[in-house]
Amino acid sequence: MGAEDRRRHFLRPVVHLLCLLPLLWLAVQGTLGGLGANPIEAAVRFLGDWALRLLVVALAVTPLRKLAGLPELARYRRMAGLWAFAYASLHVSAYVVLDQFFDWATIGHEIIKHKFITAGMAAYTLLVPLAVTSTEGMLRRLGGRRWRRLHRLVYLAGPLAALHYVWMVKADIRQPLVYAALLVAMLAYRAVSALRQKEAAIQSR
Amino acid sequence: MIIRQAPDLHGSEITPRSAYVSRRGLMVGALALAALPSTVRRAEAALPNVAKSPFVLDDKRTPLEDITHYNNFYEFGMDKDQPAKRAPGRLRTRPWTVRVEGECGKPGTFDVDDFIRRSALEERVYRHRCVEAWSMVIPWVGVPLGPVLQRFDPNSRARFVAFQTLFDPQQMPEESSRLIYPWPYTEGLRIDEAMNPLAFLAVGLYGDILAPQNGAPIRLVTPWKYGFKSIKSIVSIRFVEQQPPTLWNTVAPSEYGFYSNVNPTVDHPRWSQAKERRIGEFFRRPTLMFNGYGEQVAGLYTGMDLKKYF
Repeated sequence: MGAEDRRRHFLRPVVHLLCLLPLLWLAVQGTLGGLGANPIEAAVRFLGDWALRLLVVALAVTPLRKLAGLPELARYRRMAGLWAFAYASLHVSAYVVLDQFFDWATIGHEIIKHKFITAGMAAYTLLVPLAVTSTEGMLRRLGGRRWRRLHRLVYLAGPLAALHYVWMVKADIRQPLVYAALLVAMLAYRAVSALRQKEAAIQSR
Repeated sequence: MIIRQAPDLHGSEITPRSAYVSRRGLMVGALALAALPSTVRRAEAALPNVAKSPFVLDDKRTPLEDITHYNNFYEFGMDKDQPAKRAPGRLRTRPWTVRVEGECGKPGTFDVDDFIRRSALEERVYRHRCVEAWSMVIPWVGVPLGPVLQRFDPNSRARFVAFQTLFDPQQMPEESSRLIYPWPYTEGLRIDEAMNPLAFLAVGLYGDILAPQNGAPIRLVTPWKYGFKSIKSIVSIRFVEQQPPTLWNTVAPSEYGFYSNVNPTVDHPRWSQAKERRIGEFFRRPTLMFNGYGEQVAGLYTGMDLKKYF
């Protein structure tokens, strides 16, 4: 095992642990009663915050890898994406189970009538096929080209998740706008690099 | 001196400042205060001669800890735990003067301590329904608003009452930026709403003077309306002819109407108002029309389209 491999094997569990820490914090606070007067609301928001943060992290991997010249970052993209999906799943579950307690009528009403819930649910729904096809086996089965095309859905899910947050806030949208700005920056980076690749392809023809 | 037992109350959390704000001049120093057992300080800050009122809800009261640590008081920050961290020590609640003016025969001012001494205080246990779909049961201490307003002799042009919170960015840090919110906080009632026996001026909570984060030293309580109508830390009351601008209605008119009566059939644009989570309970409970006070207030709105005048 080379030094490079050892570092990789050492870093993987560290990254997993880092992603697990917010959840551990939530579990401890929830057990000790440290989530304040409205622990359900606190838990739902906390899980949503981390889902969005990790989604931004997952989307930042590729630009960072290219800009900073760190090709080994690539392997952490799936990890961050799956952790984002895990927090998003817990966020949605907490909403359905703890907040609404399976009141499907109200949940359905909220999804149809209230755009912030619509956006959030749409974002989550788009993440499901990405999580399902995240394995090596699925990548092989789909083929790289189709797989990449499918996974572009994240560029819809990300902004929808940010919009979910923007629409949730009463008036001071500065904090959600930070996430939106980060997402826009990364989208712009992708768009620009895709255009450049196209141009290069045309010129080399 | 009466020493009351208060085993489930965090006396140390609320009373030191309420004790020192009113007795600062008599204190030799902070050490003298710290030397007193907290139960003694608590008894000293308690409001005297509080009578029972007919408006006492039977439901389990929300614990004082929750009432004082889960607050929307954006002048001290947008997170619910920030007012409890930032209001005590910043907000100087004594001496405090309230100005009453506008369309009335006897405009004037009153000092809050005088007001407390001269008033026949009563306790009212009201439901408190926030527009964010959570609720509490709160034992307020204070006086009905109507008779207080009558003393200033409002005239026939007094069709509305406009209220204003303190404007002092030194004491209320978030007021230093008017980028998003047009500080100071303002609220308003139609005159007949203000004269309704349910409308209440609170100076206390759980038998003690109000904690700063709850809108000390004097605040409005209109239990049939969403909580944000119950303006905190009032410095001005003005009788006016036209419907006055109010902060939330100015910031987001599609979400926060002037009336903002609790109404389970009119959704907030972003969420349903049909149910609410009472703090401390797991299951949401159905929200009641006018927060359960229809008997007292429904008559104020006969013939009005409550979907239009939400």
